[in-house]
Amino acid sequence: MDIADLTVEGSFPFGAFIFAKLVTSGLNPIASTLLSFLFGTLAGLLTAILFTKLKIKPLLSGILTMTILYSVNLKTNGKANIPLFSHASIYDLGPIMITLIIIALIIKVTLDSFLKTEIGYLLIATGDNESLVKSLGKNSNNYKILGLMLANGLVALSGALMAQYQGFVDITMGSSIIVVALASIIIGDTIGKKSNRIKNTSKAIMGAIIYKIIGGIAIDLGLEPSDLKAVSAIIVIAFLSYNNLFSQLLDIKRIRGGEKYADNKRPVNELQ
Amino acid sequence: MLIIKGLSMSFNKGTDNELRLFDGLNLEIEKNRCTALIGPNGCGKSTLLNLIAGSIKLDQGQIILDGEEITKLKEEERANLLGRVYQNPYMGVSPSLTILENMALADKKGERFTLKRLIRKKNIDRYREILRELNLGLENKLHTKVKYLSGGQRQSLSLIMATMKHPSLLLLDEHTAALDPKTSDLVMKKTKELIEKHAITTIMISHNLKDALEYSDRIIMLNRGNIILDRRSKDITEDQLMEIYRKKLEMVA
Repeated sequence: MDIADLTVEGSFPFGAFIFAKLVTSGLNPIASTLLSFLFGTLAGLLTAILFTKLKIKPLLSGILTMTILYSVNLKTNGKANIPLFSHASIYDLGPIMITLIIIALIIKVTLDSFLKTEIGYLLIATGDNESLVKSLGKNSNNYKILGLMLANGLVALSGALMAQYQGFVDITMGSSIIVVALASIIIGDTIGKKSNRIKNTSKAIMGAIIYKIIGGIAIDLGLEPSDLKAVSAIIVIAFLSYNNLFSQLLDIKRIRGGEKYADNKRPVNELQ
Repeated sequence: MLIIKGLSMSFNKGTDNELRLFDGLNLEIEKNRCTALIGPNGCGKSTLLNLIAGSIKLDQGQIILDGEEITKLKEEERANLLGRVYQNPYMGVSPSLTILENMALADKKGERFTLKRLIRKKNIDRYREILRELNLGLENKLHTKVKYLSGGQRQSLSLIMATMKHPSLLLLDEHTAALDPKTSDLVMKKTKELIEKHAITTIMISHNLKDALEYSDRIIMLNRGNIILDRRSKDITEDQLMEIYRKKLEMVA
């Protein structure tokens, strides 16, 4: 979909705060993590209703939900920072690396097979060409709602995983997460651009890993961890401007060969 | 058969810029025939198609398709009865999906979409057969993304997808206008073959008078929302049509 969904800035910490609430109330970490996914879908649902039913611009809808979630996040536990070191976590199951790889693979495979279903393809088509979805007799808004719910559910799930990894939740943990996500997707997208073989989900995962490696290199080079936000924004700017300028160069070439070229010729012909 | 009764529609209703386009238009489109709509820009051709398809709401009137009133149906509900091909070849397809995936989507039109796999092996041969009839070699490119096809190939695919489930009415909105003359001819020929083979009632908008005459059974000229000519296509020649076109337009201008 061609929507920059800012809801994620709220649903990432939302997932973490819901997780913290549930796990400190004594629920086991696996169930808490899964429930944070469900709560995340609700955040997506709110944004989707704002822009499909109330016709508020998508960007603003996301900002509004994000703002609401900020208050909600503070309300869930009554404070802005909750330590979780003393509580059980999903990483108690085995080595962190392997647990994370397994979780990522489960999500990837589930998502891939969902996108192969009839509904999954409608979701792709909604992002690709809404009028086709309408011509198939479907209300494309339903699929925008589905897409935003799914996406924010996954973001909240990531928030819960992050909370368990770092051992605390914090109200600021979602800030500029959209830039991190964008950077990962943009980097991932440049992998195997010409090939149909690599799935988009694999690209996103590889993009996220490469992004983290770039961040690691940046710190190795002597940058402070607090500089990383600027670094991720610069990565996004670099990749986007490269794409834009590159395509513009091609445009200039086309104009030279076409209209402008012909226009410039006309006075010469008249003189002759 | 499509019956339009007392159709009225204005743009910018309730403002100083209100523009009344249709004022009690009546029109019957015969079953299994191809009717061509011609007329200058702003005469209401495209608006009429949008009104039939439900993309624009009408102020007054009834639209009845094969005996069923569809006036109150939403755009996506009407879509199940209609096939539509647009001027822009990207409008009828999903460019990032492959030909096979697009065909499978079109094949599910009007049905419930579930969590079953969209692509079923048993259907692939049938899709291939349908594509083979186009004679464009698309049957060998099932796994090519539609964005890598040429405009003519893409538009032919749109046409196949729009007619696959034999709609009660096919709307062609200048569907060859964005193509070069040779490809345009080819797509028009394929269109004629398809609608004759499946006996699909068709309304076709064309800016090309020659095409409009050659490929239709009946020709209707619109100007400012009024029908100013309605003839059998075989009873009129291109020159006569051109003459009328010029005269009528000068008259109102």
